[in-house]
Amino acid sequence: MEWTPILVTSGTIGGVGLVCGGALALAARFLSVKEDPKIAEVEGILPGVNCGGCGFAGCADYAKAIATGAAPVDLCAPGGAEVLHKLAAAMGQEAVAGEQKVAIVLCQGTEQNAVHKHVYNGVADCNAASMVAGGDMLCSYGCLGYGSCAFVCPVGAIEIKDNLARVHPELCIGCKACVKACPRGIIHMVPESRTTHVLCSSKDKGPVAKKACKVACIGCRLCVKLGGAAFEMDGFLAKRNYHFPARTGDTVAVKCPGKCIVNTGDPEDFEAPASVSAPEAEATKSGSNA
Amino acid sequence: MAEYLLIVIGAILVNNFVLTRFLGICPFLGVSKKLSTALGMCGAVIFVMTSGSAVTWTLQHKLLNPLGLGYLQTIAFILVIAAFVQLVDIIMKKFLPALHGALGIFLPLITTNCAVLGVAVLNIQLKYSFPKAVVFGFAASLGFSLALVIFTGLREKIDRANPPRAFQGVAIGLITAGLLSLAFMGFANMVK
Repeated sequence: MEWTPILVTSGTIGGVGLVCGGALALAARFLSVKEDPKIAEVEGILPGVNCGGCGFAGCADYAKAIATGAAPVDLCAPGGAEVLHKLAAAMGQEAVAGEQKVAIVLCQGTEQNAVHKHVYNGVADCNAASMVAGGDMLCSYGCLGYGSCAFVCPVGAIEIKDNLARVHPELCIGCKACVKACPRGIIHMVPESRTTHVLCSSKDKGPVAKKACKVACIGCRLCVKLGGAAFEMDGFLAKRNYHFPARTGDTVAVKCPGKCIVNTGDPEDFEAPASVSAPEAEATKSGSNA
Repeated sequence: MAEYLLIVIGAILVNNFVLTRFLGICPFLGVSKKLSTALGMCGAVIFVMTSGSAVTWTLQHKLLNPLGLGYLQTIAFILVIAAFVQLVDIIMKKFLPALHGALGIFLPLITTNCAVLGVAVLNIQLKYSFPKAVVFGFAASLGFSLALVIFTGLREKIDRANPPRAFQGVAIGLITAGLLSLAFMGFANMVK
């Protein structure tokens, strides 16, 4: 048997590989750039969703800013308290915990509830739709339902159903991308523990608001009387003051004549999307807050 | 001189790597969503293909051919190009951090791309001399960049249009690529 070709072949390829590998090893040894190990450590703590909610271009960029002391440690909304504590520990700082906030759409203007003003058949985008005569809904404050918020949501927590955007709070990571995207400004960040909300943003007077939508706030002030500090009035619109718990929230929600005050504590208010079943959603939620 | 000019025009327009030879389709479809990323990719491709041509030509004619091991070119080329790009990546990070910031993430992506290997193999098949091989590598990467930039411009326009539902996304992208390729067929046989 002739061994020479085999030896020459394997020797050549092996030799080339050895030279290349050696050169790389030498280069890595002598030309390496010292990166602050803190950056890698901080990046490992961050969730890596790259949502941009902190204002930096992704988690790696934010990690660099934290490690160099250019940014505070409390900007990561998706990470919540757990990441905040770890970051503070890594940077040798005192952790100041803030409560996890989730987005909510303050509107119930579904296909059945809200009245259309005209037919819009342009680009399916809320910003475009609102530019045509102020949107196709009679209510000039409510959700347009073209899903600009759902489009920007990095985790798919917003569902458009019956022409209305709904945030699934158990999926929301609190990055505020939807808040910035909504041309109507009706998506707000609310503390996760609060479940009673005024789901209307119409500042119109009672009759006008009622004409545009079946579930509008008519400015009757009943919630302020019953709920005390948890509710306050802004002209003809009731607003929830989230600093105070709505202990009588259930009563207020039941008695609200406009049916715009809703207690979302009941998980049946929201159907989980098909891909995430309810127990899994619970697990993600408890996991992110643990 | 005319010979070099023909190589350049041939590689950029007539036998465009992406649109006529159908090499490097992966980055062509993958990084053509934004012009800034596409330009970064172009820079990396120009660099890797030009220097890759020089390195592989030397390897083939100084090492493999004398030993009669021409049939090993594929595996040897991949090995050498990958190591070479890694080496340049390290050197660039050390001495040219600004350039590394612009090209850095694209270099490893393009390392073992078929366009890079294609230009190396074609250099040997077409029996080019060393300067011709380098010029061909450079021109081929320019052709790739031209196709990528044109396609990115088209896709940015398409993003703002509203194609029928069935065509949205990658489907209309592939149709656009096909039409672009057909347009480049107009140059066919201009240079033999």
